[in-house]
Order: sequence, then C-alpha cells, then structure tokens
Amino acid sequence: MDFDFITKTFVRLLAALPLTLSVWFLSVVLGGLIAAGVTWMRVSGLKPFELFARAYVLVFRGTPLLIQLFVVYYGLASLPAVRASIIWPFLRDAFNCAVLSLALCTAGYQTEIFRGALLAVPHGQVEAARACGMSRLLMFRRIIFPIALRHGLPAYSTEMISMVKSTALVSLVTLWDVMSIALKIRNDTLVTYLPLILAGAIYFVVNYIIGAGFLALERRLSPHLRPRPS
Amino acid sequence: MARKFVKALGFGAALATSLALAPTAFAKDWKTVVIGMEGAYEPWNLTDSSGKIVGFEVDLVNDLCKRAGFECKIIAQDWDGMIPGLKAGKFDVIMDGMSITDERKKEIDFSKPYAVSPGAFLALKDSPLAKATGAGTLINLDKDAAAGDAAIKSVQAALKGKTLGVQVSTTHSNFASQYLKGVADVKEYKTADDRDLDLKSGRIDASLDDYTVVAATGSKPDAKDLAIVGPKFIGGMFGAGTGMGIRKSDADLTAKFDKALAEAIADGSVKKYSEQWFKLDIAPQS
Amino acid sequence: MGDLAIFGFGEGGWGLALLQGAAMTLLVSACGLLIGAAIGGLVAWARLSGKLFAGAIGQAYAALFRGLPELLIVYFVYFGTSTLLTETANALGREGFVGVPSFAAGALAVGVISGAYQAEVFRAAYLAISRGELEAAVSVGMNRALSFRRIIAPQVLRFALPGLGNLWQVALKDSSLISVTGLTELMRISQVGAGSTHRPFAFYLGGAALYLVMTLATTRFFDVAEARATRGMRRATG
Repeated sequence: MDFDFITKTFVRLLAALPLTLSVWFLSVVLGGLIAAGVTWMRVSGLKPFELFARAYVLVFRGTPLLIQLFVVYYGLASLPAVRASIIWPFLRDAFNCAVLSLALCTAGYQTEIFRGALLAVPHGQVEAARACGMSRLLMFRRIIFPIALRHGLPAYSTEMISMVKSTALVSLVTLWDVMSIALKIRNDTLVTYLPLILAGAIYFVVNYIIGAGFLALERRLSPHLRPRPS
Repeated sequence: MARKFVKALGFGAALATSLALAPTAFAKDWKTVVIGMEGAYEPWNLTDSSGKIVGFEVDLVNDLCKRAGFECKIIAQDWDGMIPGLKAGKFDVIMDGMSITDERKKEIDFSKPYAVSPGAFLALKDSPLAKATGAGTLINLDKDAAAGDAAIKSVQAALKGKTLGVQVSTTHSNFASQYLKGVADVKEYKTADDRDLDLKSGRIDASLDDYTVVAATGSKPDAKDLAIVGPKFIGGMFGAGTGMGIRKSDADLTAKFDKALAEAIADGSVKKYSEQWFKLDIAPQS
Repeated sequence: MGDLAIFGFGEGGWGLALLQGAAMTLLVSACGLLIGAAIGGLVAWARLSGKLFAGAIGQAYAALFRGLPELLIVYFVYFGTSTLLTETANALGREGFVGVPSFAAGALAVGVISGAYQAEVFRAAYLAISRGELEAAVSVGMNRALSFRRIIAPQVLRFALPGLGNLWQVALKDSSLISVTGLTELMRISQVGAGSTHRPFAFYLGGAALYLVMTLATTRFFDVAEARATRGMRRATG
C-alpha cells in the first residue's frame, strides 16, 4: 500500500472538487430559474406556451445529456452566426458552456418536478384561499408554494444528486473536474483502479451529504408528519 | 405473458453472459493479430463514412502482416485507453502514431520505428509563433540542446497568455505541461478531432501535434486562415520516431514485425504509403 | 457536401453509419436492461428476504450504484472486467489474456446501474401484491416455485411496468456514455462523424434527433405493454 501515492492522489482530486461543486451549483440555480419559467408556461392555460413547455421537457429529457453538452460546446461554436454574435464571448469559455448545457437539461427535469408538486396541492385549499379573497400572488406565496415545496422535496433531492453525477461529463469538454483529474492520473501513472476508487469515494460522500441535507429539510418542513413526542 | 417475459429474461441473461465470456485473443500461435487504432488521427488512421478505418497505418500494417504471414484485424480504441487496453489484452499491437519514448518503454515494448515525424504548431497565420526563434526549421532536442533551449524560450514568449490545445497523454501534451504550464492555458482533448474543432472556432489559439497531422488539418478548405507556424521539434520529449506498441511478453511478435518492417523499408513500400497519405516521405532512413 | 447529403446513404453519406449506431444503442440498452433486471431481481430478493445480512448487502449495492456517477461506473466496469476475467482465467490455468468486448462491458455497466434502480421498482411492486393472495397460495398448497411462477411474478410485472418503462429510457440515455469505451453506438458515430467532417452541429443535432425518435417509439411500446398487462386492474389513477 503506497500511502504516499494514495494521499497525493486524494489531495489532487480534492483540489478539483470546487470546480465540480461550482458547476453543479450554478447549473442547478440557473436550471431552477429556467424551470420556473417553463413550468409557468406549462400551467398557464395558454396553448402555444403549453406546447412549447411540453416540447422543451420532451427534448431535454428524451436525449442524452452527453449529446446536449456536445451540441452546446462543439455544435454552437462551429456556427459562424454564433461566433459573430454577442453571446460568443460567453460561449467561448468551456465552463460557461458546461453550466449552460447542464442547466438546460436539469430545467427539463425540474419542470416536471415543479409541475407534479403543484398538482399535488389539494384543490380544496386553493378554493378556500380564493373564497377568502386572497390575490393570486398572496395565494401562491402563502398556500401553494409551501405545500408544493413539501411535496416536491424528495424528487428534487434525487435530481440534485443526479446533477452531481452529471457534472462528471464536463470532463469530456476540457474542464478539470474530479473525474478528469482521476482519469489523467490514471493515464499518467497507469494505476488503473485507485484514482477511480478515490474519485468515486469523493462523489459518494458529496451525494450522501446532499441527500442527508435534503432529508433534514424535509423533516423540518413536515412537523405534522413527525411522530408524537411520548 | 409472464412466461414469455421470464423466458426472454433467461435468454437475454444467457446471451449477455455468453457475449461477455467470448475470448478474443489467443496468444502465442500468431494466426490473427489484433491491432488497436483510434480511427481519429488523420492521416495516420481515420474512420470513413462506412465506419471502416483507413489511413497510412492501415495500408502499412496490412502490408506487414502479409509479409509476416498472419491475418490482421483492426479495432478502434480511444487514445487514452491504448496502453491499458494493450496490457489488458484487448488487442496485440498499438499502431496509432505512437512515439517511442523511454517513459513508455517502461510499460511496453516497441517495434523499430516505421516513421519519423516532428511535432509542429498550427495557428492563425499572424500568430506570434510565426516570428519565434527557429520558426520554420526542424530542431532536434537530442542533438542540438542550445538551439532547442532558445526555440523553447521564444515559444514560451509567443504563447504567453494564449491557449494551446493538445491531445491527452501524448508527447505533445507532455511537452506542453513541462514547458508551457503557467505560461499558456493548456487545454487537453480526448481526440485530435475535438481539438481541431476548437481551433477552428477560435476557442484555442494554437495546437501542437504531429507535423503530418497538423499539415492535414491545415490543408482542409475550412482552415484557410490557419498555417503551420513556429519551430518543429524532434527528439527529447518528442521521442525518437513512431513505432508499434507491443506487450513485453510478446517479444516473438515484435521480432516478426521488425523483420517485416525492415523488408518494407528496404523495398520502398513505407515510402510509397507515406507519400500517398502524407504527401511527403517520413520513412525512417536506416 | 451539402448539409443534408452527409446524412444520406450514398457515397460518403453517414446515414447508414448513424442508423447502425442507433441499432447498436438499442441492442446494448436492451441487454443492459435485461442484465439490470437479473441484478435488480437478486437485490430485491435479498432485501425482501428478511435476513439481516442479505438485506444489508442489497441496500449497500443500491446505495453504492446510485451514489456514483454513471461515467465513473462505465470506466470502472470497462477497465475492470478485462483485468478480472484475465486474472480469473490465469488462476484457473488458462494461459494468456482474455479480452472482454466493449459491447459486453458496456451492457454490463448499464446493467449494473439499472439494477440498482430496478431493485427498488421490483421491491415496491412485490410489496404491492395483496397479502391475501400470497396467503391463499400457501393455503392451497402451492410450493414456493409454483407460487412464484403463477402468483408473484405476473403481478410484480404488472406493477413494475411503469417504473421499468422509465428505467428503459434511462438505460437508452446511459448507453450514450458507453461511447467513451469506443463501442460504435449512436453517440460514438455522431462524434466520429462530427470530427471527421468537421460538422459538429449537424451530427450532434442529428444524433439527438435519432435518440428522441428511439425514445418516443420505444415508449409507445411500453405504453401498449402496460395497457395490456394492467387491463382489469383497478387503480387509484385512471
């Protein structure tokens, strides 16, 4: 057991964790914003918006993330129209492309989660709110959002973990995340398993922490479901 | 309906298992030799639209195998899995523009070189590299250390703050990480094709790869603004020529290929293939 | 060549290569799903057995392969199976190397991942079977094999179909990761074509379109299967 090598490898992998986490965080937040918009379109009742939203979800959930990533990173960059436009300085950077692509993908999944959460709000509550004379904004803020939040949390937690795993794909578009460092160490030293095992351990721990965090949040938000204190 | 499903499940599991256990390589009695190539390293090897791998190395290895008296099977393999794949037995020979270096010799054996080609930069015609010391000349890092140092220093100056693209785990990426880390932003790509896409779109300012490869890229119609600039390097980190990678335990195979290669060099076949694919002669001189 | 001509089937057209890639994607995903069904069945059985050790192993498997990035699992299985098989073969006295084709490694990787999720689907499906039926089977004198064949398996299938349909879509998309092993499935062909012709936008978009078509077509198949399997079943939703 070459502990020196193990430690050095582990430190190198940890050094790449901030990049992985920042890609994850930014894409999740951006994806959430996009999803909010698409969800609104979906439940708006206006046909063209609804169709667009349904098409969006279909495309981004029905195609592999890897190909979406390559379309955004390589595909867009090859179009002269894109290179001449104002978004080129943004798309030129691999990090931005990765965040954008991951955000677009997670937005598709988050839209479905939001929609399911909204549908789970009991209609009686909405009726009561209207009967009380609540404005739409107040109703959303005080009634719909809290209930929907509680319903959507388990699925949202799964999606968050899925996104951490998806960040591993950015290693294929020149970003030095944990996965790509592990592969580089493997290539350079020809030690096959150790870098991958260590990288796996790091991802596993990160996912465990996120899962536990969301579980704690769920429990805090559902005091009425907790067992009675004896 | 459940019955059919269970049957299908059993059949599927059996099929999957039998596929998994089908052995692919028989060592020792060389009737068929499996060659690993990328199929993405034009003009050494590339994949045409029918999915077949063609190129300089394909023609050469078919020639060599005929001379040595066995059948050749070519399979595609990503570059970064080449040496592990060879050691794991996925194929018996690596033939993918692989330079002979001391570092690699620790892991695998090489045949005698079948080509000698320097590393070169591809960038926009007006890149600062064009004015670097030794631009346009061939610098042998083994034989001429002084010129090498001067050229490397001026390359560092020319690429300061710029982005250089290389393929992972190549002699060129080693050169870049040794001399250009901290000077230029070095981006590593899984395939040369991906790097060339980024060079064309302007994401990277220059690429460093084998001379024949950058020449082929630069000659395509959509590369009008690109040109080979700066010095060309051989020797030192760039290796002493291109050879076939073979497992250390298959010394008999190495000997067979060396013999066939010597014949092919002597009667000009290597030169013929080289001129056909590279438009120049990169056959070894000896 | 013209934009659409590169997708054609004539000289220099990549249409055939792309379709072959799509066929390979379907094949490797299907094999992966079947392997996953076998693994998932085993893991579900371990967790339902009531034995502490088996249950712990089952839970550990599921937790492990749901917490690791799929790309990592693909690399690990790809590098690992050859080495494992070689060392096993050598230990059993067989000389030389034993290679594992990337198809097998790819299908195994998809199966290993899918199995972790399928275990959950099977477990939930089993728990949804009415206890009364299981008791009735015992009281009628059915042995375990018979009750599994006539009572448990058919009903697990019915309840599991919606979840399995979803996991099939996941398997289709996970198969794109096998492209890093060099298997000539659709993602790989798109990549090779994009690099070879320097038309990444056309090829990647075309590949994505093919994936979408495959998803839609096979989802139809699962919907039909689900309708047939659940006819006569009373459920909460319509």
